[in-house]
Amino acid sequence: MDWLLHAGDDPGHKFLLMLIGIALFVALMGIILFVVDRPRNPPRWFVGFGFTGAALLLLLLGLVYPAVRTIANSFMNRNSTGFVGLDNYARAFTEPQFLLVLGNTALWVLVAPIVATFAGLAYAYLVDKSRFEAVAKGLVFLPMAISMVGASIIWKFVYEFKPAGVDQTGLLNQFIVWLGGEPQQFLLSRPLNTFLIMVVFIWIQAGFAMTLLSASIKAIPDDIIEAARLDGVSGLGMFWRITIPSIRPALVVVLTTIAMTTLKTFDIVRTMTAGQYGTSIVALEFYDQRFRQGDAGLSAALAVLLFVIVIPVIIYNVRQQRLSEEVR
Amino acid sequence: MSTVEAATPAPEVPRPASSSSMSDRARKARKALSNPWASTLAVVIAILWTIPTVGLLVTSFRPELDVRRSGWWTVFGDALAGEGVFSLRNYETALFDGSTNLATYFVNSFVVTLPAVFIPITVALLAAYGFAWIDFKGRDFLFIAVFALQIVPIQITLVPLLTAYVDLGVNGTFWAIWLSHSAFALPLATFLLHNFMKDIPASLVEAARMDGAGHVQVFFRVVLPLLTPALAAFGIFQFLWVWNDLLVALIMGKPDTFPLTVRVAELAGSRGGDWHVLSAGAFISMIVPLIVFLSLQRYFVRGLLAGSVKG
Amino acid sequence: MTIRMASRRRAAAVAATGASLALILTACADTDDGGGDGGGGGEAAAYEIDCAAYDEFGDLEGKTVSVYTTIVEPEAETQTASYEPFEECTGVTIDYEASREMEAQIATRVQAGNPPDIAILPQPGLLQSLVRDYDAVLPAPEQVEANVDEGWAPEWKEYGTVDGTFYAAPLGSNVKSFVWYSPSMFEEAGYEVPETWDELLDLTATIAESNEGATRPWCAGVESGDASGWPGTDWIEDVVLRTAGPDVYDQWYSHEIPFNDPQIVDAWDAAGEILKNPDYVNGGLGGVDSIATSTWTDAGYPILDGNCWMHRAANFYATQWPEGTEVAPDGDVYAFYLPAETTDERPTLVAGEFIGAFTDRPEVQAFQTYLSSADWANAKAAATPSGGWVSANKGLDPELLATDFDKLSAEILADEATVARFDASDLMPASVGTDTFWNGIIEWFASDKSSEDVTTTIENSWPKN
Repeated sequence: MDWLLHAGDDPGHKFLLMLIGIALFVALMGIILFVVDRPRNPPRWFVGFGFTGAALLLLLLGLVYPAVRTIANSFMNRNSTGFVGLDNYARAFTEPQFLLVLGNTALWVLVAPIVATFAGLAYAYLVDKSRFEAVAKGLVFLPMAISMVGASIIWKFVYEFKPAGVDQTGLLNQFIVWLGGEPQQFLLSRPLNTFLIMVVFIWIQAGFAMTLLSASIKAIPDDIIEAARLDGVSGLGMFWRITIPSIRPALVVVLTTIAMTTLKTFDIVRTMTAGQYGTSIVALEFYDQRFRQGDAGLSAALAVLLFVIVIPVIIYNVRQQRLSEEVR
Repeated sequence: MSTVEAATPAPEVPRPASSSSMSDRARKARKALSNPWASTLAVVIAILWTIPTVGLLVTSFRPELDVRRSGWWTVFGDALAGEGVFSLRNYETALFDGSTNLATYFVNSFVVTLPAVFIPITVALLAAYGFAWIDFKGRDFLFIAVFALQIVPIQITLVPLLTAYVDLGVNGTFWAIWLSHSAFALPLATFLLHNFMKDIPASLVEAARMDGAGHVQVFFRVVLPLLTPALAAFGIFQFLWVWNDLLVALIMGKPDTFPLTVRVAELAGSRGGDWHVLSAGAFISMIVPLIVFLSLQRYFVRGLLAGSVKG
Repeated sequence: MTIRMASRRRAAAVAATGASLALILTACADTDDGGGDGGGGGEAAAYEIDCAAYDEFGDLEGKTVSVYTTIVEPEAETQTASYEPFEECTGVTIDYEASREMEAQIATRVQAGNPPDIAILPQPGLLQSLVRDYDAVLPAPEQVEANVDEGWAPEWKEYGTVDGTFYAAPLGSNVKSFVWYSPSMFEEAGYEVPETWDELLDLTATIAESNEGATRPWCAGVESGDASGWPGTDWIEDVVLRTAGPDVYDQWYSHEIPFNDPQIVDAWDAAGEILKNPDYVNGGLGGVDSIATSTWTDAGYPILDGNCWMHRAANFYATQWPEGTEVAPDGDVYAFYLPAETTDERPTLVAGEFIGAFTDRPEVQAFQTYLSSADWANAKAAATPSGGWVSANKGLDPELLATDFDKLSAEILADEATVARFDASDLMPASVGTDTFWNGIIEWFASDKSSEDVTTTIENSWPKN
């Protein structure tokens, strides 16, 4: 038993464990499918849960249970020993510090996913006609391969400030100085700083959007494009009237995924400004309250607010799903 | 029903190869449309996009004091003037200073990442098929629930999950890390794969069902071949996320399971001032994801193309 | 068993020939090591201790104790090296785990029932929270308490005490009341190291008159990732100690007087005379607001460029200087004691780490005992050839410290005239000490808010119950 659990320092043992882990799951899935396939005329729910059961179980234990506990904790005090009603929510909605955070989060979720998706889409469209497609896509994808913290460090170098008269170490300020301007404290000036931090997020996520959307663009049947061309559609008209409608479902998926990521991401703000200078967002505030201040109640309330913010995104998605189902 | 499908010779046995020959034709057709201005613009944007990363790369080869005193772009001028400005010192520190061999961290990163990619994809694949093609009671509600779970921040799950692992006696093992990553990846994996599956023409699935094939046969014989490349695509994303993860590795792991990210995070030093070493560390840890991406890149194109023949 | 006996006998033999503390030191620790090989604590085994102290814990051979700390490489090496004498005596293996995220993660582990045996807590606030919120830390065993009573001043024991129970022995100590400067720059300009607060202000004004370009008398930076602000709280605390005195300081952090008491506001203003005067700051880094955005680890570097004359930072800033910087009275940089109003007073801001235990197995208690002893302090000193470490343990032999600067720190800690006060932000409730106080500092610099406004905002955030 211990052999299966702990590999110690032996690399061979570790790799063996890895293979066993994968094999075990393959076997488990095989058994489930085998059982599902046994009965001659299985009831639908039986097959349905055969396929989805493993995922649902894992989600129930891994995410649903903690989420429910969090909702419960949001009505409790800082170490979850006493019921405090709506106190935590009252704090989140009255203290100026948190109001700012809520406003910033709204700004993030409205701006960042749309810009990132659009940037990815525009680039996928541009590069689709390019001779250097593989290399160019590789370069735009590159930031995805860097961790969020790594990416933030990169951009700290870009925004860095040194006073006039001293060599600049931040690229952006160097450009300003070359152009004859005064170096700026970019991360201090509100509300510009929030947008500058969003640039980092967009820089990363555009690669994700580009990859998925590029594939969708390539899947647009050629005869649709040909037909449009014969109708005299070209350039931007092609983009708006043919490309976008054709890849609409993929756009919704990408937009949604990035919106969810936006709400959850806190590493970027944490690394860039630590939420100072009026740049904090709910996800970071949640992290701070939970892990630095040890306030389980308030942090849970903030996490619940994240759930609430995402409800419109879910509704939008469900409606899109219905729409595309009707088209089918 | 689109023409692409008509172009697919035998709907019964759809193979990715058939769509690949189609994409050859498509590529030729598009080449004709290719616009030199667009190409140039694309390249310019790609270069702009990469400048910050280049900055970090150059920084990682510069001595500590230079990093603090002057911008990385100055090295090009200095190099022309014949001044030695590059050093491997940061890489030496990142690679060799420290009590644990860096190779150990690489091994751990692989051992953590591969199952954490493979397991959730397998599980999500089945679930996505279930949600897409099996009409069982509560399906819509469950799917929306799974999709909505994307928003649960990993941080709130740490205490309950770790408690469970401690009770089971698996805390600090690779198993705990694999399971955690799998659970966290499932909502997005299921959501994305479900959408790819929905793009498979219903007629293909229905035809096979009419022939008396059970769902398991349909899954393996019709859906999976069409989806394999899409899986590779999502696999790369999941690979990147797990490879770059620090939080789960730190909370669920032990020193003998720590991956590269833990080591890189430590390079900043106890008090966090050693960015110059960190920049070298960041590049060391980027190498593998980049190789994975570059070698599997073609799957992004072919993969999703095959997955969305519907048009 | 036999191995253990053997090593014990060897140690006993050493004790017979050695000094009262049975300290034997090989030549290694004496060599003047400039710090070129960074860390490299392999010599620790050279320091030998009296193993008899751990007999009472029984046979510990083959046992393991896990330690969780924030001390990562390269400092981790000297830390683990300092455990070697204990491991040799007892046969216990120390399982060392370090993470920069430890402060955020220890509570998660504790709640999940997966605590380490021992955690090295970087500040008393974390100890208080682990005790009060999770009831997780075990009271210190009597051997540890005896060690602390013997080796540490009563205040230090007090910092490891929560609600009347003594939990955590202090480990290392930091001295924060230092001003870094370049001895050669001072000499060339004919400046003397100031000995009173007024002299310091005079010197500042003198230097300011010759400001050129980006050069200023002072440089400062409070950016420190998600702990941004703390270097500024140290500044304020040091000034409170000097302008209002230690008694008011005690009333301040214990909230007997409000955070925005006039005496405290005055101290902020006194600090502001230097830190918010554009003629005085921020050498080589920008204007007043650049204090908010400059990384504390780099904020002293303008001294090396000649753009800044003085940088107030703790003793551990010695290890922050770029590789190759010589820290010595006649080197590139050195530090002087941040002067008080008169030369008779020596109020000193200090801080340190504490040893919290979550289990009470004999081997854990034995190790806890070792860490709280003078033996450990000396072993650690011997294992830190490049310096940057000091302890207020009275049993520490200053001769073992590697650098002149560490000896200076130890001297200040041991000086009878020194009135040591612990970092107030570490003693205040976390929601003030690691949150609104930090944020207030940043607002003070970044948005040019008045001392009155900032202290009132912080006062309002003080927990009500």
